[in-house]
Amino acid sequence: MSRGTIRAYVLGDAQADRVVPPTGITAQLTFFVSAAMAFLAVFALALSLASGRLADRWSDELARSATLRLSAPADQKAEQTAAALRILTQTPGVARARALSAEEQAALLAPWFGADLPLEDLPVPQLVEIIEGDSGYDVAGLRLRLSAELPGAVLDDHTRWRRPLVEAANSLRRLGLIAVLLIGGATAAMITLAANAALAANAQVIEVLRLVGARDSYIAQAFVRRFTLRALSGAALGMAAGMGAVALLPEASDAGGFLTGLGFQGATWLVPLLVPVLGAVVAFAATFVAARRRLGELR
Amino acid sequence: MPLPRKESIATPADSTACKTAQGIETPPHVGQKSRVVLGAGVIELDNVGYSYGGGDLLSDISVQLAPGSFHFLTGPSGSGKTTLMKLCYGALLPTSGQVRAFDADMASLDRDQMALLRRRIGVVHQDCRFLDHLPLADNVALPLTVSGRDRGAESENLAELLAWVGLGSRTDALPPELSGGERQRAALARAVIMSPDVVLADEPTGNVDWEMSQRLLQLLVELNRMGKTVLIASHDLTLIRAAKSHVQARVLRISNRRLQLAGADL
Ligand SMILES: Nc1ncnc2c1ncn2[C@@H]1O[C@H](COP(=O)(O)OP(=O)(O)OP(=O)(O)O)[C@@H](O)[C@H]1O
Ligand SMILES: [Mg+2]
Repeated sequence: MSRGTIRAYVLGDAQADRVVPPTGITAQLTFFVSAAMAFLAVFALALSLASGRLADRWSDELARSATLRLSAPADQKAEQTAAALRILTQTPGVARARALSAEEQAALLAPWFGADLPLEDLPVPQLVEIIEGDSGYDVAGLRLRLSAELPGAVLDDHTRWRRPLVEAANSLRRLGLIAVLLIGGATAAMITLAANAALAANAQVIEVLRLVGARDSYIAQAFVRRFTLRALSGAALGMAAGMGAVALLPEASDAGGFLTGLGFQGATWLVPLLVPVLGAVVAFAATFVAARRRLGELR
Repeated sequence: MPLPRKESIATPADSTACKTAQGIETPPHVGQKSRVVLGAGVIELDNVGYSYGGGDLLSDISVQLAPGSFHFLTGPSGSGKTTLMKLCYGALLPTSGQVRAFDADMASLDRDQMALLRRRIGVVHQDCRFLDHLPLADNVALPLTVSGRDRGAESENLAELLAWVGLGSRTDALPPELSGGERQRAALARAVIMSPDVVLADEPTGNVDWEMSQRLLQLLVELNRMGKTVLIASHDLTLIRAAKSHVQARVLRISNRRLQLAGADL
């Protein structure tokens, strides 16, 4: 299809519009279905984007936050630290392990004890930062080995409990996307039905048009344009209502946890703007295919 | 006569070539001036047979409508006149044989080519179908509309044409409000508005009084004088006899599934 044809389909001409009688109820149904579907699509998108954000944040935190705390008498500290690092580098799934320097540890404690804390004089445990590899490591196995060789070592794995939550958030994101796809498919099906009904109701009109020398594209255009415009305006209305409803949801807050922050953030507010465009594209394709098939049955 | 520009071939009407299954050969036209058509006829049927699924309705039909010729097609009701007309404008494809229009095999045309072809063939359908939601004037102008021609430029033509078929005062009426005869006149007007090379009229005078049928016939005769090829299906022998005093017409008759050239009995 050339660009000229597409322009003709979208802009159409008043004459071509008039040759097909008003399609009444089917056109109104198309408008209503598009509006309702766009409303739902906006919510599905909001859900998907919000759970996606959550999954990303949580898994980011997960990726690098294991810490090994080593309490040992001052004279054995260096030795035990070296032993811990040896064990960690031998553990499959640990990408890197690094003992924090005295300055780094002081910096971590500074917020609580002030900057000039004499760390040397206190039995502050040595911290070892563990960076996990992609495959992850066997936490239970590591704990077992540490307890056998370095009884003073504590593996602090505080974000690990979030892993199932990340998975949950990820599947919520997938569900949201699947819902958007299903909404698109259902819209296409409904508009195909509506277009077919309109085409069947106008079988006589189409036949007369063919007989007086109208091309298929001319006839199809009259129907395609009508349904595409209905779907576009319906979906725009549904989208506006959906965005309004999402905007009214409570702000993200720590107290609300997951349930707040279900809206769009920043640039993602632009994503729902795609809904009417996609609705129009779906309507265009559905009506185009339906019209071509109908016309193919005529000589 | 408001009608079509005199642009096309004005071949003498007696240059008709007609060959029937019975082997009646009429001389092919000689001295054809125009090369608009390459073959002998604007519309040519070659050993055409047609069946709606049961037995053969038409068989072994060969006829050529020479440019500028005037033909009547007659035969009993149900003999296949409308079917033959439909074969001529491509609404049906023959079950055997070949139909050519302007030298193109109908069966080989794609859908767009068929649409373009129909703009060159004006058809008055027996059942005169219109777009019931559009006023008469828009219906008559429909071929202009769908071919993207500027209606403004043709509006004078349209008004004259409507006046000529006696519908000048009914231009805003919707088709369901028209009488049978008015519909037929409108159908004729719609068939000729594109100034087609060929006019096929299926019972164009079926519902009108004698005076009006003479007027419609006169319109078709004038079109023929401008070089248009005319084929009229009619079982009205009085009309055919009357026409023969105005125009050199050949009468084809469907009898027993075949086409014959009617003789002096008409
Ligand atoms: N679409 C169709 N399907 C099956 N049979 C058909 C169809 N159209 C016509 N026929 C049959 O073909 C035969 C010829 O029909 P056609 O309309 O060509 O006759 P006709 O000569 O034009 O008759 P009339 O003078 O009454 O208009 C009739 O017996 C009719 O019943
Ligand atoms: Mg008939």
